[in-house]
Amino acid sequence: MIFTSWGSNVRRVVVTGVGVLAATGKEPESFINNLIEGRSGIRRIQQFDPSALSVQIAAEIPDYKGTDYFPAKRLDLIDRFTEFGLIAAKQAVESSGLEVSDEERPRFGVMMGAGMGGARTYELGYCSLFAKGATRVHPFTIPKSMHNAATSQICMEYGAQGPSLATSTACSSAGHAIGEAFRHIKFNLADVMLAGGSESPVTFGIMRFWESVRVMATGNGDPSHACRPFSADREGLVIGEGAAVLVLEELERATHRGAKIYGEIAGYGLSSDAGHITQPTVDGPARAIRMALDEAGINPEDIDYINAHGTGTRLNDATETLVVKKVFGEHARKLAISSTKSMHGHAMGATAALELAATLLAMDRGVIPPTANYTTPDPECDLDYVPNQAREAPFCAALSNSFAFGGLNAVLLVRKFQ
Amino acid sequence: MDVSQKVMEIIAREQHLDPGVIRIDSTFEQLGIDSLDGVNILFALEEEFKIDIPDAVAQNMKSVQQVVDSLTRVLEGKDISDLVAMAKGETQPAAN
Repeated sequence: MIFTSWGSNVRRVVVTGVGVLAATGKEPESFINNLIEGRSGIRRIQQFDPSALSVQIAAEIPDYKGTDYFPAKRLDLIDRFTEFGLIAAKQAVESSGLEVSDEERPRFGVMMGAGMGGARTYELGYCSLFAKGATRVHPFTIPKSMHNAATSQICMEYGAQGPSLATSTACSSAGHAIGEAFRHIKFNLADVMLAGGSESPVTFGIMRFWESVRVMATGNGDPSHACRPFSADREGLVIGEGAAVLVLEELERATHRGAKIYGEIAGYGLSSDAGHITQPTVDGPARAIRMALDEAGINPEDIDYINAHGTGTRLNDATETLVVKKVFGEHARKLAISSTKSMHGHAMGATAALELAATLLAMDRGVIPPTANYTTPDPECDLDYVPNQAREAPFCAALSNSFAFGGLNAVLLVRKFQ
Repeated sequence: MDVSQKVMEIIAREQHLDPGVIRIDSTFEQLGIDSLDGVNILFALEEEFKIDIPDAVAQNMKSVQQVVDSLTRVLEGKDISDLVAMAKGETQPAAN
């Protein structure tokens, strides 16, 4: 029980702003509405002609144009994943009514996850070098593509001069970013943080790379039903894109200014499987969940809802079910579990932020979003996955799981602010 | 081809500026062109004129006139060793 040694001399951290850009909604309101309605954002790929791919579907931001959000000069210097991060950060800051004085800036930071970073920019650079025989590439290639580009651009936009970093732990990236931001406030290293993740992995090259791993759902003929987490007929994951950013704030600062509080981040667990580079273990994720529970100081029975990692692959969903059973015992059957990836897709380095945003917005509404496209029970996945229909169920404490390729796990525990 | 006209056109395009604000005697500072913008303009010039502009020459380009002068010499295949030496701090710039 490492957390008891920290004593009670730690600060509480609440979420006071939410920004979301996803296939299922370009702001938080439509995002959560669509998830509750069980509407999938997965469609045939629009950004390029996917005819040559065997997987031709993804969860893209519908009708997205950078020019709708940024002047041309700004767009020259930012990759699509940074655009997404800036848009979500703007929504989060505006929704929170956050104002940070010059004196506070050294205690105001930004932490963003990015799994693939500016992969699109790299791809264009390599294409001109190797395919077109160019002898030089665009000088903005590095500043656009570096993984910390979104973090740094958000810092510059809002004058955040405090502890800031970018995390890259594949599918857990944003979970780690939010968790680290939470701990920075909790342990008095910062007062306000913008934390989340952004990703734009829908490029021809990356889709090809993922195809080769053989974990992708095909479903080209019926994209919106392609991703079926926990269902016996699940075929794999569907790549998504987007960003979510949360405003994390020390409790007293938030209450003093009368900010709306979406919920409290009460625990964060992280662990490494140290097992296999792609196959998840049961013990690693279980340890991350236990750490989050320990930190929050609550019993497993107090958890009402888990927003699952739930990728829709054979292996993840069966293993995650074992993880939940291992940690929660009998309570595993009383928990509501859902995978919103069935609708917003697997947005890689952004996905944990989208899922924590979904969890907080759902807690605010008192409605649990469903796992869409659930058709057939699987003996290996025999818990309550909230199939297809949202559930009116006020809940007080929830987990958001992220179990990444590479075995680096991140679990966030949120509870209703009281 | 008028090199100075083309240079001003490229600077306007890359900086998203109204071509009317760019004059032959404008400095990069006056036009709000920072060091990263500068390498972007050099890249555009290299692409446009199908040339390589050596780093040493590039370092001397801080105004539209300097760009035009240096570029003209590179395009005409003239000896640019004095520009290289100047960039290395070995000689002082000659008076105009």
